[in-house]
Amino acid sequence: MKQVFKRPESMTAKPFHFCPGCHHGIVHRLVAEALDHFSLREKTIGVASVGCSVFLYDYFAVDVIEAPHGRAAAVATGTKRVLNDKIVFTYQGDGDLAAIGTAEVIHAANRGDNITIIFVNNSIYGMTGGQMAPTTLLGQRTTTSPYGRDCNRDGYPIKMTEMLAALEGPSLVSRVAVNTPGNVKKARKVIRQAFQMQVEGKGFSFVEVLSTCPTNWGMTPQAANDRIAEEMIPYFPLGTLKQKDVIDVL
Amino acid sequence: MARVDIEIERCKGCALCVDACPEQVLEIGNEINLGGYQHVVVVNPDNCIGCCRCAEMCPDVALAVWR
Repeated sequence: MKQVFKRPESMTAKPFHFCPGCHHGIVHRLVAEALDHFSLREKTIGVASVGCSVFLYDYFAVDVIEAPHGRAAAVATGTKRVLNDKIVFTYQGDGDLAAIGTAEVIHAANRGDNITIIFVNNSIYGMTGGQMAPTTLLGQRTTTSPYGRDCNRDGYPIKMTEMLAALEGPSLVSRVAVNTPGNVKKARKVIRQAFQMQVEGKGFSFVEVLSTCPTNWGMTPQAANDRIAEEMIPYFPLGTLKQKDVIDVL
Repeated sequence: MARVDIEIERCKGCALCVDACPEQVLEIGNEINLGGYQHVVVVNPDNCIGCCRCAEMCPDVALAVWR
C-alpha cells in the first residue's frame, strides 16, 4: 500500500486554532500543497493579514511577515520588489482585503505586481465576533445587522473578483469554493495555477475562496456547507474571470 | 485494500468527512480527545476504497489515506 494522502510538507504539525468545520484549514492545506508541488518551501515568503488567518506563521513551514490590518498586499509588493527571487503570497480574509485593505489590493492588482493573493471570503468578520462585513449577503443576520443586511442602509455585498477582473493589470482572477470534495479539487487546480503564474513571472494572481464560518453564522458545519451552495455561489459565481497568457510585467 | 488513518488529537468532530464518505466508513464516536471533542472513528474499515474524499474535506488535516 502507498500513502495517497498526507499532510503537505510545507505545513507544520501544529493543530489549527480554527473552529470545527471552518474552511480555513482546507485553504491552508491547498496553499501548502501548491508550494510542495513546485518545491517552493525554501524560497517562499507569506504575508499574513489580521483576522482568523493571523496565525499563518504557526501553520506554514515558510517565513511569514505579519502585515498591519489590510496592508498585506502593500507589504507583499515591497517584499517582492526587494527580494524578487522569492515567491510572495498573501492570505487575507474579507474583513481585511475587502474593507480596510481595498485600496492596497486594487493598486497592487492595477500595477500587476508579480504576487499571489489568496482571499478567503466567509461573508462575515469571523475573529472579532461576527460583525457585518462588506461581503455580507443581503438579509444575512450578523451582530451588527441583527435584522439582516438591508441594501438601503448598508449597501450591497462587494464582489472583489469582478472588480479586479475589470482592471488591466491582473493576470489571473478567479473564484473557487471548497464546500464539496469536487470543488476542493477544482480549487487546488486554480491555486496551483496562481502560484505557477508567479513562478513563471506572469504577474498578479488573485484567487477568492468562498468559505464557511459555522460559529458566527450560527450553523452546523454541514448546514454552513449547504449555505455556500444555496446562497453564496448564486451571488458570487465560481470560475476564472480573467486569465492572461502573454504578459508584460515589471 | 485501502485504509484511512485518523490523527485523533487533531480532529474536532465537525463530521464533514462522515458526510463526504460514499461508503460509510467513518462515524463520530463516543470517545473524547484532549481538545474535548468527540472525534471521528473508523467503523467499517473493510469498506474503504481509498477515494480520499474524507481527507479532501477535513479542515484539520487529521486524515491520512493509504491505497
